[in-house]
Amino acid sequence: MLTQRVLGQAADLVTDDDVQLALYVMYELFYGGFDGVDDDWEWDPELLGVRSLVETALEKQLLARVAVPDDVPPDRAAVADALFALTAPGPGPSVARFVAKKASREQLHEFLIHRSVYQLKEADPHTWAIPRLTGQPKAALVEIQADEYGGGDPGRMHCELFARTMRGVGLDAEYGAYIEQIPAVTLAGVNVMSWFGLHRRWRGAIAGHLAAFEMTSSLPNRLYGDGFRRQGFGQDVTLYFDEHVEADAVHEQIAGRDLAGALAQQQPDLTHDILFGAATCLYLDDLVGRHLLSAWDAGVSSLRES
Amino acid sequence: MTSGPDPARRRADRRPPTIVPCPDGPILVRGDVTILDDDGRPVPRQRATVALCRCGASTIKPFCDGTHKAIGFTSA
Ligand SMILES: [Fe+2]
Ligand SMILES: [Fe+2]
Repeated sequence: MLTQRVLGQAADLVTDDDVQLALYVMYELFYGGFDGVDDDWEWDPELLGVRSLVETALEKQLLARVAVPDDVPPDRAAVADALFALTAPGPGPSVARFVAKKASREQLHEFLIHRSVYQLKEADPHTWAIPRLTGQPKAALVEIQADEYGGGDPGRMHCELFARTMRGVGLDAEYGAYIEQIPAVTLAGVNVMSWFGLHRRWRGAIAGHLAAFEMTSSLPNRLYGDGFRRQGFGQDVTLYFDEHVEADAVHEQIAGRDLAGALAQQQPDLTHDILFGAATCLYLDDLVGRHLLSAWDAGVSSLRES
Repeated sequence: MTSGPDPARRRADRRPPTIVPCPDGPILVRGDVTILDDDGRPVPRQRATVALCRCGASTIKPFCDGTHKAIGFTSA
């Protein structure tokens, strides 16, 4: 069948535009859907079968490529320590430093367009995990997500703050407006969140993914804000980044200890998945970073031509 | 940060205060607590749970901005 043929021919699923876009579209049916597309496609058995083939192939590739620490005991503090060690800030080149110091206005636009695939629905993929958790890890996830959703204030929802940033620089903040321009590697980052989030089997991985995401956020967000300030943008544009400097310094503690750490202690057999989820987040984030920096160093666009 | 209504604060008021020192990290504060600056003015609080800087290097004091990780702060 066609899907198997395509998957068999793709050398690298993470950078295959057709594979990642197809997966993205299949997952998107579970979020906002598409105008003019029947909602019943969400649970269409044949489409789910296709999705499963792609997920299985992607899983195989990621398991082979993502290095996971294997000596971490299923203990709250040990798992939190391992996650903080995995995500420790390094001295090498980074998108955040480039954005802070060098990015042109056009490159800042590109940066926002890449980010928009996730950030305009920020927090949603991890929310799928809530009913699959119990006790402390569940309460921790709810505490983080409530803050992501603005603590009950729609104007402070992080997705809304991001939309304000996009509008503030003159971009279209409608979800999906730039989807044709997003390269596979960026889509892979958000697809993996949906994959982990939509499968109960991967509840450990989605918890670890969130921990890694939060732990690599505060410091870079200050630099992102600096980049936009350097280019003359005001607080209407930088509020999203400023908010994340403060919020994610809270979230990373809760995610590392009370969510991921406590989950490992509560369900020791999830420890490896928690670390796999975190390592996968970092692996894909690194690939996206390399893609952006190599395009920008070469003076070309990091987006696809649409 | 913006001022105005503070829904996180209102909700937080219903919960007794707790203070959690995170190993090698900030102090998490939850519940009915007012943070005052040096002049006794309340520091606007945007979220139900806040992290207070413990390493001294945050750029958004009294709140934590994650800098403790970059400077290798240890609490032990
Ligand atoms: Fe957020
Ligand atoms: Fe966050």
